[in-house]
Amino acid sequence: MFTQHASLKAAYDVVIIGAGGHGLAAAYYLARDHGIRNVAVLEKGYIGGGNTGRNTTIIRSNYLTPEGVKFYDESVRLWQDLSTDFDLNLFYSTRGHFTLAHTDAAMRTMRWRAEVNKHYGVRSEAVDAAFVKRALPMIDMECGGHAPIVGALFHEPGAIARHDAVAWGYGRGADRRGVEIHQQTEVTGIRVQGGRVVGVETTRGSIATPKVLCAVAGYTPRILDMLDLHTPIYIHPLQAMVSEPVKPWLDPIIVSGSLHVYVSQTARGELVMGASLDPYELHQTRATLDFVEGLSAHMLDMFPFLGEVKVNRQWAGLSDMTPDFAPIMGLTPVEGFFLDAGWGTWGFKATPVCGKTMSHTVATGRNHPLIEGFTMERFAQYRLTGEKGAASVGH
Amino acid sequence: MKLLVCPLNGPRPVSEFAYGGELRRMPDPETCSDREWSDYVFNRSGSPGIKYEWWCHIASGFWFIAQRDTARDLVLATYPAEAARAGLGVAAP
Repeated sequence: MFTQHASLKAAYDVVIIGAGGHGLAAAYYLARDHGIRNVAVLEKGYIGGGNTGRNTTIIRSNYLTPEGVKFYDESVRLWQDLSTDFDLNLFYSTRGHFTLAHTDAAMRTMRWRAEVNKHYGVRSEAVDAAFVKRALPMIDMECGGHAPIVGALFHEPGAIARHDAVAWGYGRGADRRGVEIHQQTEVTGIRVQGGRVVGVETTRGSIATPKVLCAVAGYTPRILDMLDLHTPIYIHPLQAMVSEPVKPWLDPIIVSGSLHVYVSQTARGELVMGASLDPYELHQTRATLDFVEGLSAHMLDMFPFLGEVKVNRQWAGLSDMTPDFAPIMGLTPVEGFFLDAGWGTWGFKATPVCGKTMSHTVATGRNHPLIEGFTMERFAQYRLTGEKGAASVGH
Repeated sequence: MKLLVCPLNGPRPVSEFAYGGELRRMPDPETCSDREWSDYVFNRSGSPGIKYEWWCHIASGFWFIAQRDTARDLVLATYPAEAARAGLGVAAP
């Protein structure tokens, strides 16, 4: 599927660190839309082996801030054509997305999000408990008695997709246009002269390049240390788990902030489930029994009939969190160094639009208008983009 | 289950504790610049390493310091905050 390159070239026009969805999408659009094909994507592990292959594949645009809604809405639009674009089936499946509200306060946030969404042309509605019950006849509306469902935010375009295929599709498209993808190639340093990027050191030799795009999620602080750049990014693990396959019964995607659950059923019948971040900083993808116990208990609050269903696998990824739950993207104080980071627990859905906007930013040297609310500089200016209210669960 | 040794209560399951973030020195808000203050308020040391952190035993409301290796998920030491203040030159990063 991908060309194997025996060695690195001496120089590239652009070097992208990280062959996950975001890095490969940027490479793809650089080659396709901007004609920049002398590009290397460096990956210390394997293609899509980081958070691209570890998320719960939910795609939605029902955010809270105008910046967020416009950005993710563009992403959803791009998603819908990707299978045709790649000639590769992404199993993109529009399901509808319910964010359950268990309190009046939560309902107020749902109405707020619905109004902001509708203002920007995104299909979201605040719905009542009867609507939820009609769409989900199998749900226990009392949630075991302690968290009765009072309504929800219903977001019709909510979808899921096969996450590995996203990395493969972007990777193959970039590869065919001449981009070199180098796996098992770790970046060990970034050379800067007079405040400008001039090259990259790797475990397979040195490269000269005037432009570096960093798209490494949970490894971002380690790369930023090489340049002495400071950001609010902190790393917590985020775990997820999947059940054995069962016959189709759950069409929409269900999220409950109060119960800390998000769940969807794949085309194969497995339930893919996630919850909150692990509660403390850690740079390890170990899995815990605490997580399975907590998440299963909350799943059973909503769906008691799943008591006999087995959990097949669990895993974790490293989330690069920010204080306002918005990403950090675009230009940095080091000329030629571009950042696509701070994707915490919300990065998968943004893969296409990140590729689009970052390729534009790298090619032109100017931040794309859609990412102006996400700059690194916003913290020093005390101008945060408060997106926490649109996080799936209370992290 | 992971255990954390509370300096007041002894070894307890980690679920009884709240993580309070890294121990950091606050610049003088009267004299520092806006940029220094935003650096203190927002920026963090995100890379893995041995860090000194605030933790709270929720049931007893007791705050203390843990020295933890965030790369290996190991707690190296825990001690009361007073000890950290007394030896700030040694304990603080």
